[in-house]
Amino acid sequence: MSELESLYQDIIVDHVKHPRNRGLHDHATVESHQLNPTCGDEVTLQLTLDGDRITEAAWTGKGCMISQSSASILAEQLPGLTVEETMARIESFRESMRSRGEVPVDEDLLGDAIALEGAAKYVARVKCAMLAWVAAEAALAER
Amino acid sequence: MSVTANADQQTAGLSPAEVAQIREDFPILSELVNGHPLVYLDSGATSQRPRQVVDAERAYTEHRNAAVHRGAHTLAAEATEEFEAARANVASFVGARDDEIVWTSNATEAVNLVAYAMSNASAGRGGAAAERFRLGPGDEILTTELEHHANLIPWQELAARTGATFRYVPVDDLGGLSVDAFQAAISPATRVVAFTHVSNVTGAVLPVAEIVGLARSVGALTVLDATQSVPHLAVDLRALGVDFAVFSGHKMLGPTGIGVLYGRRELLSALPPFLTGGSMITTVTMDGAEFLPPPQRFEAGTQRVSQAIGLSAAVDYLRAIGMDRVEAHERALGARLIEGLREIDGVRILGHVDVDRVGLAAIDVPGIHAHDLGQYLDARGIAIRVGHHCAQPLHRRLGTTASTRASTYVYSTESEIDTYLDALPEAIQFFRKLA
Repeated sequence: MSELESLYQDIIVDHVKHPRNRGLHDHATVESHQLNPTCGDEVTLQLTLDGDRITEAAWTGKGCMISQSSASILAEQLPGLTVEETMARIESFRESMRSRGEVPVDEDLLGDAIALEGAAKYVARVKCAMLAWVAAEAALAER
Repeated sequence: MSVTANADQQTAGLSPAEVAQIREDFPILSELVNGHPLVYLDSGATSQRPRQVVDAERAYTEHRNAAVHRGAHTLAAEATEEFEAARANVASFVGARDDEIVWTSNATEAVNLVAYAMSNASAGRGGAAAERFRLGPGDEILTTELEHHANLIPWQELAARTGATFRYVPVDDLGGLSVDAFQAAISPATRVVAFTHVSNVTGAVLPVAEIVGLARSVGALTVLDATQSVPHLAVDLRALGVDFAVFSGHKMLGPTGIGVLYGRRELLSALPPFLTGGSMITTVTMDGAEFLPPPQRFEAGTQRVSQAIGLSAAVDYLRAIGMDRVEAHERALGARLIEGLREIDGVRILGHVDVDRVGLAAIDVPGIHAHDLGQYLDARGIAIRVGHHCAQPLHRRLGTTASTRASTYVYSTESEIDTYLDALPEAIQFFRKLA
């Protein structure tokens, strides 16, 4: 069961049990709703911007532990980042997720997202892990 | 567990020794997955193929491959003969005549063929003979809340194109569909009743003949999604009385890329074509074309020849076992599956439990997402389907977005069911502990 344990790490479980920045509000600058059509997982992500800087990130969603913990992990680290810094993190995370485990998650850059590294080995779970990150990208593209 | 439809039949299923022998024909069933022997319980999504099917495709490809229905050389003649023999074989398997079977790429394309042909009729194509296929404002297309998207969206789109009204028979709170519900929904305005024979989510077998009777009483056409029935039950489409039916090769031991549309001969003869082009015409001028009779009218372009031959070999394989025995085997597995699932705490079975069913059951485990559950089972080599199984409206109605589905086939064993039933509580405990 070691593969399973590496997928469902403590950090993931912690974010599922204590989701960060969960709950939408009505003063967001941009918002994106993303749906994984194969399993029905959903994430809605809101970003509040002050110029080029994210001041607040909020989300809601439903789905598996991977998609929901990933949304929490992302929403926790976005406030304070510039758009450019956010895009760099999304790109870095995407590269690791698409690498089938070849490109480790950059912990210095992505923090708790290191816990999602196990998902990269499962093609079917990459979309789960990416859902919130795609929402962030789409929301910022709206600006 | 009551198996009402077959209560009076005493057909024996398959002995463990017979199933073991069958499994010898399926090399993939000996694979190790994540270090465990594969427990393949996803035949409802796609079945595995026996050597006999692969061999038939290979023999055709290596020795007789040529363009069918064109050319006069020896290989072309042999290929055409084999292609048409495959059609006749599949036709007799479901109680149809040769010219009532149209090859398609899959069941989805077969439903779309009917919907688009009706659309073309509604646009005035097909002359006076196609009158009964014409739809417009005031007409109703009726399907059900139980349907796979393949038997749902083509009808929504047909309604949108023609101005007809799209309606559906609602399921009850447990996901069941009664004849009474059909009776309440069918009206003189109903022109098409499209419904599934066996639900790909609940596994329930619908009373087709009774529904056909209701549709006929108002002159509506019936379109049956037989994708989950033809592979698992002895099905006689003519006896069921449906006007059209669709099923898919890859769910019945055959190859991918081949599906079947059945249509009663008089209806196919009156139906205008959907796809047009090569191989479906008699005379072509720069002003227009005249079309061949069915089935060729509906088979434009190069056909899926080796796939049709592979499907024919699959039919031979099933027939040699006997569909009544396949059915008995799977009903027994289905009963064992349901009995086991009922015993597991925290498991909600989608659909009514005490119904006539095939070897298929989907569950919801509140608090644990199907994708997570599936991950645990996959680590044990257990292949089950997680997701909405192309039935979002039904899942929404039952208060969930995704479920975990196990489905059997002729090669499935009691021990595989038990492996799944043993692993499931462990998986549930694994995630409950995390939470």
